[in-house]
Amino acid sequence: MVSKINQKENFIKGIVKENPTFVLLLGMCPTLGVTTSAFNGFGMGVATLFVLVMSNIVVSLVKNQIPSKVRIPAFIIIIATFVTVVEMVLEAFVPFLYEQLGIFIPLIVVNCIILGRAEAFASKNDVFSSIIDAFGMGLGFVIALTILGATRELLGNGSVFDFKLTSENANTFIIFILPPGAFIALAYLTVIFNKLTSKITG
Amino acid sequence: MGKKKDTFFNMVISLLVITVVSGFLLGYVNDLTMAPKAKARLQKKVNALKIVLPKFDNNPVENVKRVKSEKVKDSIEIYTAYANKNKVGIAVTGSSEKGFNGLVKLMIGFKPNGDIQDIQILDQKETPGLGTKMTKEKFLKQFRGKNPSTYKLKVKKDGGDIDALTGATISSRAFAESVQIAYDEFVKTIDSI
Repeated sequence: MVSKINQKENFIKGIVKENPTFVLLLGMCPTLGVTTSAFNGFGMGVATLFVLVMSNIVVSLVKNQIPSKVRIPAFIIIIATFVTVVEMVLEAFVPFLYEQLGIFIPLIVVNCIILGRAEAFASKNDVFSSIIDAFGMGLGFVIALTILGATRELLGNGSVFDFKLTSENANTFIIFILPPGAFIALAYLTVIFNKLTSKITG
Repeated sequence: MGKKKDTFFNMVISLLVITVVSGFLLGYVNDLTMAPKAKARLQKKVNALKIVLPKFDNNPVENVKRVKSEKVKDSIEIYTAYANKNKVGIAVTGSSEKGFNGLVKLMIGFKPNGDIQDIQILDQKETPGLGTKMTKEKFLKQFRGKNPSTYKLKVKKDGGDIDALTGATISSRAFAESVQIAYDEFVKTIDSI
């Protein structure tokens, strides 16, 4: 079996060294699509975090029962099931949150971070390590999406978390709210992130 | 316990078990959430009605009138509000598929003389920061108290009276069209109710 894992490092790696967005560049579809405001980015991140934790738990529990040739379809079914459950529960019991996040939730299925962690980590490690891994990765994703969303909202709309920082009629860079701005903001943030972390990770 | 071998039998069984379990789980959760979901949707409509109509004491949701229209995919809903047996207002839903990202659906409250009381957005997927500003007071307040028989429901660029949202003319046009559809329906039905 796998040698003992340093759980602290296991947790931190998802946020810094293997940050899913800024380092692994995984899950670009929701990253670019929904980060038009800080709140949207944060909400998408949290929803993904939840599904990631749940799918990592289940995948690591059933990993020995699934023949390796059919593991990908099996993982996808598990993930899709959780996403649908989350969507139905949110719509029924927290309609306010559902209204804000509704359109992003089905997108979580196609988020390759979740499949990536199921494949690369949960299918090889025990439940506890997989949960830690999911929290680390999920948190890294939440942080990345919130920063990206806040940057785009600030430049494109002059506000952060709907809190106006500029005057009502100020001319902002509307392009940052639009799709091209997502690519521009992500590129520069990736550069800054890697510049800063290269000192730590060497 | 070792890993299951890649035999045909094992593959079929494991996929079968997973799909059956998830199928039942989804069915169960769906049953569980069906009633609360419907309730939440109704609540949203009731809240919108309370905002767009003057004070009323009947239950407009009970005697909703649905009208088919070729301009709208689903039917137009008409809610009539009474206070002390007097008709005080009519709320009409209007929608347009011409929004930047498709459907824009509104609930518009009219006074019996045709003045717009208030407007609530039921559904929209416009660009955050641009088109979504249609939900903000600054845009909505230009409609209040206006009568569409004299107030042209078109953006200024198209020769109307509406101040379009900056950078979101398409969204503003869809909004205007929705209000127009609702008003046309209002005019058609005002006498029959």
